[in-house]
Amino acid sequence: MAISSRITIILAGLIFGALGSLLVEWGNPGNMGICVACFYRDIAGALGLHRVGVVQYIRPEIIGFVLGAFISAYGFREFRARGGSSPMVRFFLGAFVVIGALVFLGCPIRALLRLAGGDLNGITAVAGLILGAVIGILFLKQGFNLGRSSATKRANGWIVPVAMLALLLLAIFPPGFIFESEKGPGATHVALWIALLAGLVVGILVQRTRMCMVGGWRDLFLIKNTHLFGGIAGFFVGALLLNLILGHVSWGFEGQPVAHTNHLWNFLGMVLVGLGSVLLGGCPLRQTILSGEGDTDAGMTVLGFFAGAAFAHNFLLASTPDGPTDFGQVAVIVGLVFAMSVGFLMRDRT
Amino acid sequence: MIEVDARGFSCPIPVVKTTQALDGHPGKPVIVLVDSEVARENVSRLARSRGYSVKVEQVLDGYRLQLAPAGK
Repeated sequence: MAISSRITIILAGLIFGALGSLLVEWGNPGNMGICVACFYRDIAGALGLHRVGVVQYIRPEIIGFVLGAFISAYGFREFRARGGSSPMVRFFLGAFVVIGALVFLGCPIRALLRLAGGDLNGITAVAGLILGAVIGILFLKQGFNLGRSSATKRANGWIVPVAMLALLLLAIFPPGFIFESEKGPGATHVALWIALLAGLVVGILVQRTRMCMVGGWRDLFLIKNTHLFGGIAGFFVGALLLNLILGHVSWGFEGQPVAHTNHLWNFLGMVLVGLGSVLLGGCPLRQTILSGEGDTDAGMTVLGFFAGAAFAHNFLLASTPDGPTDFGQVAVIVGLVFAMSVGFLMRDRT
Repeated sequence: MIEVDARGFSCPIPVVKTTQALDGHPGKPVIVLVDSEVARENVSRLARSRGYSVKVEQVLDGYRLQLAPAGK
């Protein structure tokens, strides 16, 4: 049992990583076969929540993640509508996690994909992510938690999946108010049905294996357990192997696709992502999956992702290939102060 | 009997609370209440990796896990 679940999560990671590489081959932006933060940013843009013309597109991958998780959770009788564990805090943590990711230009998944494509800035990012996770663990050990959730009416759990279905309809039959990039990363994408299918596969795999790109590091340090880390390792190896086969690897710091080389802010942006994700209980992908399983608190986090992505571009917080912005640096500091305050203030007194 | 009520907590809080209970009472059996599959899996994995046997019982609002130290 333990061995088979271990092999399953490593295999799922391999498939997921390979898909991350293949999606670039089939048309997604460089080293961005899958980037959860970037894709929320693109959807926020498509909905007009920000007006940066090069990053506006309804990414069907995100829709697939949620619907895949929904189908899988129903199929395996794991769908449970629940909520009430500090939804407001989760909203803001979600927003800051995406802001941190957009200062680096990638979520924990894209950090690995960038590294697997030879972008050595991924090393700084992963180091930041790990430090953020370790800071989060210190809060966990001191009794931090966001409170209990409780069972709620089933229909609550359908809201995010139904909203994703609505997004899918908007993607298939775009009315005039949906924005779509004509150039830039937002215009670089695989066919809708490929993205949706890939998203569904990943959604099911992650729902079944509980894979988490931050949880793997957290468990490694928190309880010395390598189970979830197997998913991260599998993902990286899968992406690297496919990238090598497809000739997508180009080692170096400079001139990498959709990336900048400011190490300090790549690092600090990802510290915020790591810390925020540990406080939330999982990385942006994991939160997305949970929102499809009936977890309305994760649903609030997803709304926070959209809000954070919109703020990131409306307030010029997101980095560009030239580097981080002044406002972006301030936002990361504010986010770190917010997350640390949450970690500190929301401890159980025992 | 030491009991940890981790119902309603999401990953990884049930694991953290169980770890603290095991560390706080070495060699003693511990009961953990959880309400999700994920928490059941995570707590069971933790307990087995620390040499405890795990008996899972389905109850009304989740699972009751009986963790017993090996050889007792």
